[in-house]
Amino acid sequence: MSTTRRPRKVATTLAAALLAVLSGCSSGSDGAAPGGGGGSQEAVDAALREGGEITYWSWTPSAKAQVEAFQQEFPNVRVNYVNAGTGNDHYTRLQNAVKAGSGAPDVAQVEYQALPQFALTGALVDLGPYGFGGFESDYTPSTWNSVRVGDGLFGLPQDSGPMALFYNREVFDRHGIAVPATWAEYVEAGKRLHAADPTKYITADTGDAGFATSMIWQAGGRPFTTDGQSVTIDLQDEGARKWTSVWDQLVGQGLVAEIPGWTDAWYRALGDGTITSLAVGAWMPGVLEASVPGGAGKWAVAPLPTHDGTPVTAENGGSTQSVLRQSANPALAAAFVRWLNNGNGIKPFLAGGGFPATTADLGSAAFKDRESPYFGGQKVNQVLTRAAGQVAPGWSYLPYQLYANSIFGDTVGKAYADRSSLDDGLTAWQQALADYGNQQGFTVTTG
Amino acid sequence: MTAVASTSDPRRKSPVLTAVMAVYLLYTLVPLVWLLISATKTQQALLTTSGLSFGGPFALVDNVVQTFTHDGGIFLRWLGNTLLYVVVGAGGATALATAAGYGLAKYPFRGRNAVFAVLLGAIAIPGTALAVPTFLLFSNLGLTNTPWAVIIPSLVSPFGLYLIWTYTAEAVPDELLEAARIDGAGELRIFLTVTLRVLLPGVVTVALFTVVSTWNNYFLPLIMLSEPGWYPLTVGLNQWSAQATGVGAQPIYHLVITGSVITIVPLVAAFLLLQRFWQSGLTAGSVKR
Amino acid sequence: MTSTPVPVESPPPRRGPSRRRRLDRKGWWFVAPFLVVFALVFLAPIAYALWLSLFQEQVFFGGTRFVGLDNYATALADAKFWESFLRVLLFLVVQVPVMLLLALVAALAIDSARLHAAGFFRIVIFLPYAVPGVVAALMWGFIYGDNFGLAADLNDLLGTRAVQPLSGDWVLLAIGNIVTWEFVGYNMLIFYSALKVIPGELHEAAAIDGAGAFRTIVSIKLPSIRGAVMIATIFSIIGSFQLFNEPNILRTLAPNAINTSYTPNMYAYNLSFGGQQYNYSATVAIVMGVITAIIAYVVQLRGARKGA
Repeated sequence: MSTTRRPRKVATTLAAALLAVLSGCSSGSDGAAPGGGGGSQEAVDAALREGGEITYWSWTPSAKAQVEAFQQEFPNVRVNYVNAGTGNDHYTRLQNAVKAGSGAPDVAQVEYQALPQFALTGALVDLGPYGFGGFESDYTPSTWNSVRVGDGLFGLPQDSGPMALFYNREVFDRHGIAVPATWAEYVEAGKRLHAADPTKYITADTGDAGFATSMIWQAGGRPFTTDGQSVTIDLQDEGARKWTSVWDQLVGQGLVAEIPGWTDAWYRALGDGTITSLAVGAWMPGVLEASVPGGAGKWAVAPLPTHDGTPVTAENGGSTQSVLRQSANPALAAAFVRWLNNGNGIKPFLAGGGFPATTADLGSAAFKDRESPYFGGQKVNQVLTRAAGQVAPGWSYLPYQLYANSIFGDTVGKAYADRSSLDDGLTAWQQALADYGNQQGFTVTTG
Repeated sequence: MTAVASTSDPRRKSPVLTAVMAVYLLYTLVPLVWLLISATKTQQALLTTSGLSFGGPFALVDNVVQTFTHDGGIFLRWLGNTLLYVVVGAGGATALATAAGYGLAKYPFRGRNAVFAVLLGAIAIPGTALAVPTFLLFSNLGLTNTPWAVIIPSLVSPFGLYLIWTYTAEAVPDELLEAARIDGAGELRIFLTVTLRVLLPGVVTVALFTVVSTWNNYFLPLIMLSEPGWYPLTVGLNQWSAQATGVGAQPIYHLVITGSVITIVPLVAAFLLLQRFWQSGLTAGSVKR
Repeated sequence: MTSTPVPVESPPPRRGPSRRRRLDRKGWWFVAPFLVVFALVFLAPIAYALWLSLFQEQVFFGGTRFVGLDNYATALADAKFWESFLRVLLFLVVQVPVMLLLALVAALAIDSARLHAAGFFRIVIFLPYAVPGVVAALMWGFIYGDNFGLAADLNDLLGTRAVQPLSGDWVLLAIGNIVTWEFVGYNMLIFYSALKVIPGELHEAAAIDGAGAFRTIVSIKLPSIRGAVMIATIFSIIGSFQLFNEPNILRTLAPNAINTSYTPNMYAYNLSFGGQQYNYSATVAIVMGVITAIIAYVVQLRGARKGA
């Protein structure tokens, strides 16, 4: 009876698959490659001459144009561009492919905050041995610092997001509010604005891990340090408390609109003046121009307010392109990354409205002096490129920042919702992060 | 030989009952009205006008055109993928569930109760939580990022099986089967010619459920597919929606909304088409020997 | 046949035990195709999850060790897990009866032939089930929005800010409303098609008896669709315990009111996708599955006994 054999055959296949999964699982990854200092780009150049095929995952708006430009320049290389989702969808797929041991692309976009996690779990190729360490001077120190994990170099920076204050000048002027230079003035502005018009808020924030960490960064906090397997978390250091002392006032007094970021209500509120300012990365002009038409001619950009008047800012957002260890042709993949972020790929990126990480492009007069009609003719890049040079040094993210950000709402977000002390929220977050880290085999010290 | 209550019932229509139901209808409709009205708006008008009133230029046609042409016309591809997944997945699921439900209801073979227990136990474990094990398994079988990764899981509808199981128990008398057996019919022929006809309303219902759940299948394709060329509509629309987030955000809510309306239309059509089978499909009266 | 689970049926006619048994064995032919796919899609991942639940992996350092039942001990003592469990239990106790009752009334009304435009009602009430999740988020974002949405309009009308469907105290109700909106039509259709398969003679008999509409419902229609009601109840219980989509959708709109362990299923999901704690996630899923199966089974047994 052939038909009774069939189920058995399926069962055998199944068992085999199950076994493969199990064994693949137990063998585990062999950790990151030893960090490479020098090295030469010969292998990369050779791979580029030889050609081949690679797959690239990214959700950057300019990715498509970049891939097309690359193929024009190198017809012997075929790049399969895949938009595998934005943010978490992308990471879920990437993580699954890494875990499964197959199906990952050769090159992937990875945000700076997510990079340590992928680098430390052995998913990424150290580009040091390909001689990419020599590119250091081409990038702003903060972005270069972001692509280095331990002794390894796990990507080349594509964009950067030095923070500035984006504000609705029309609303500010209507209520006679001057652009705040310090956070104390910012709180005052928030109070006056909301008192004058209860439908208006100085900003919107329902608790965003990326924003909070950037604000702590700007205030001089360095809550996360990693050294091998030991991690130190101190979300109550001086910088963190400086930030909470400001933000507690805004949140506690209901001066912040409770509109979650990137929802349609948020876009609407940016356009109609409900949200009158945002402290956000330098990539924001493109978003406003394209998607908040109601704000045209009203918005302007100023340096980020500070705590003590000394100009200083932090990075907020931004990505690198990295080579995956699953890549069958890592040298060619590295060549593509080099072209993207240290070669002709930057041009289509800038044309797409991106904010670069390369000092040459940040310093070019054409970039700095571009007038934006949306911002009433203001040369916003002058403010933003200056900010790029004022990013506080020495920041690092947690090795498991993606997880950390995913539970931010459970802890700090709760403090937002209850309008209770953000310090308590940060302490709860710290505790949860310490527990998780210890569970994962780190030795976590809390400050 | 009128089997259906509604057709055999000569009573008059009740305005009161209709009015009460109309209230419930309103509750059902408000969100859908928002959806329809929103589909006529440009992205800009969406963010500046009130939700339940028309505003800005009437952009429905333009939105539809844009939906089908955006990003090289990938929406059409997604529509085609969804159709493929529905025809093969839901069609297969309905067939498998009907056969199995019938088999369980009418053949008291040994191990039948074990089947019930295993089914119930298995569906009680939340599938989303097993997504990673399922992914790893499929990855080892080389199925991820292929249409099979979406189709195979949708072939199983435990709910459909239970539905057919109960319907068969209620609506297919054993005498009917015995009569056919005495006439010398084989088991398969009995199933195909006798049972199916009696069960038609149930089968149509299961078909509708599997069609809708395959059509709206989101989570599994999201995990299994990374190549947008294989996405079904739901994952594609979600990707469009997620464009509104973060660095380089490009919200296209108007296309997400119009795309959703276009997504719902075929289901409504399917429903209307299947309507006929509920009306006419009953042969339960033929039990009389 | 007392142990036959869901269906209620008469014992099969006995016609020589061996012939009958041979015939019954043919039942496997109808069930086998389903079971094969079921094994691949459900049983294999569950077996794998059971295996996973006995280990603990540290993704950063590649270390996996056997921990026996430690994960289960952790789960059973996990406050987050039980908090989420109690939340869905509360949800179940309130939302499922409301939804099923609405569905039953709608199905009986549509089946009664006393409704104008019954076909129209049937399709419109079913329609919400066909709305994709992405859109549901946008839609309910609009309806629940207390800045620009309907909730804001309502507040303006009442002159308060009392209606905040997306704030902590309201959000479970908001989720319940979405689930009800989505699934009344779904369950209505189950009941409706069950009413449609009631053999015609029963109605004829009732008509001859001169039974009124209400008596026909109570003494004929409801008993006849008991199996369908049972199925809908069991699946609604399972659905409630697995609550995931709706809170997950609303989370983008109410990130602080809905945490990552809001429901057991969300907890398991976030453990896995947020924290890569695959082992513990599998454990939580299995524990939840066992609890769900036990409750569903008990409900089914009680239902079957009541009917007997």
